[in-house]
Amino acid sequence: MQKIYPNAEAALDGLLFDGMTIAAGGFGLCGIPERLIDAIQASGVKDLIIASNNAGIDNEGLGKLLRTKQVKKMISSYVGENKEFERQFLAGELEVEFTPQGTLAERLRAGGAGIPGFYTKTGVGTQVAEGKEVKSFGGEDYILERGIRADLSVIKGWKADESGNLIFRKTSRNFNLPAATAGKVCVAEVEEIVPVGSLDPDCIHLPSIYVKRLILGAPYDKKIEFRTVREREAA
Amino acid sequence: MATAVETKGWTRDQMAARAAKELRDGYYVNLGIGIPTLVANNIPEGMEVTLQSENGMLGIGPFPFEDQVDPDLINAGKQTISELPQTSYFDSAQSFAMIRGGHIDLAVLGGMEVSEKGDLANWMVPGKMIKGMGGAMDLVAGVKKIIVVMEHVSKNGDAKFIPECTLPLTGKNVVDMIITDLAVFHRPDHDSPFKLVELAPGVTREEVAEKTTAHYVE
Repeated sequence: MQKIYPNAEAALDGLLFDGMTIAAGGFGLCGIPERLIDAIQASGVKDLIIASNNAGIDNEGLGKLLRTKQVKKMISSYVGENKEFERQFLAGELEVEFTPQGTLAERLRAGGAGIPGFYTKTGVGTQVAEGKEVKSFGGEDYILERGIRADLSVIKGWKADESGNLIFRKTSRNFNLPAATAGKVCVAEVEEIVPVGSLDPDCIHLPSIYVKRLILGAPYDKKIEFRTVREREAA
Repeated sequence: MATAVETKGWTRDQMAARAAKELRDGYYVNLGIGIPTLVANNIPEGMEVTLQSENGMLGIGPFPFEDQVDPDLINAGKQTISELPQTSYFDSAQSFAMIRGGHIDLAVLGGMEVSEKGDLANWMVPGKMIKGMGGAMDLVAGVKKIIVVMEHVSKNGDAKFIPECTLPLTGKNVVDMIITDLAVFHRPDHDSPFKLVELAPGVTREEVAEKTTAHYVE
């Protein structure tokens, strides 16, 4: 079973269709599957429902798909720093299902783990609870949230072995892991593909079973939203 | 020449320093964006406090030196940061499991309004662009103790500690302590009313009463 594809376009072949649901990894611009997003944009697929913590920024990340109006609905926790998003949202061209960040992560995790719904205290007594079942456990109210099953997951990892075992680097793991499990098919892009046996089996973050297709996305020019630094004290 | 600058109330840094007095050795803490972030600069010497970043990190280090900036290493405000020897990384589901599961001792958050019953509103203003709640609703629902740090009144001079929130809620009955530029209010549990426990320098009880519409005990 060959999982490695020559490029993003080839890896997405046969997987894209209008109106599909896509779970995408990343937090802000950290750990976003750039090559796969570019290929989705190039394919012209539209009316997408995208579950992703953020919606990119103007012309970066998922912002690219917004610009070409390929997105019908976002399921996200935070969509600031994005003028085009704001314009489409205010014009009623784009739907947004605001979902608390932890609830979104758990909805993806649950969806991937075969759990159709779960009760959480997050959002009780707020707009998020509107229309949702409330159930009391131990005298406290919880709301029912639904797991997310996506048609496709697109994620970005650091290193993968040829069988698809994958590891992430620092805070770029974020939503990539829960998003990977939520899709019927997960396509991963990584910075390096190494031979089977070169990753420590005790240190695999995402086991190969979740990764159906794999591409080498390097070289990356990773973007930083807010570059904050400190000065070295004078010697 | 005498300076006309009044030394009344707390500055943003002083509010953060006041919040830092609530830290305890061994605490795991999540700091929101804005004034709460400044609490990190006020951790008492010798006290071990581990900062959590909800994008998947325990043990946030200081901003990196220019030559150590790493796009894969950011905080929840999407700023570049550094790691510490004890740092660990994890995914977003694990991150919010520790938040929702009650494993984080303290969260310090900003606020637009707090009600006398401890409701918090800090994520949207109807009619304005909605950016989203991020992790705020999960934090107030799951963290053991919630401190809200905010200006005592709005830019228009309206009270922000009020009987009922007028803005959409982030959480209901979730706030334990309010630190403003004028005073500190605290309640020992979620059934008790808030009590005025401290005044900023130069601030009187009368002034606090005048600028607060919420019911609280003296």
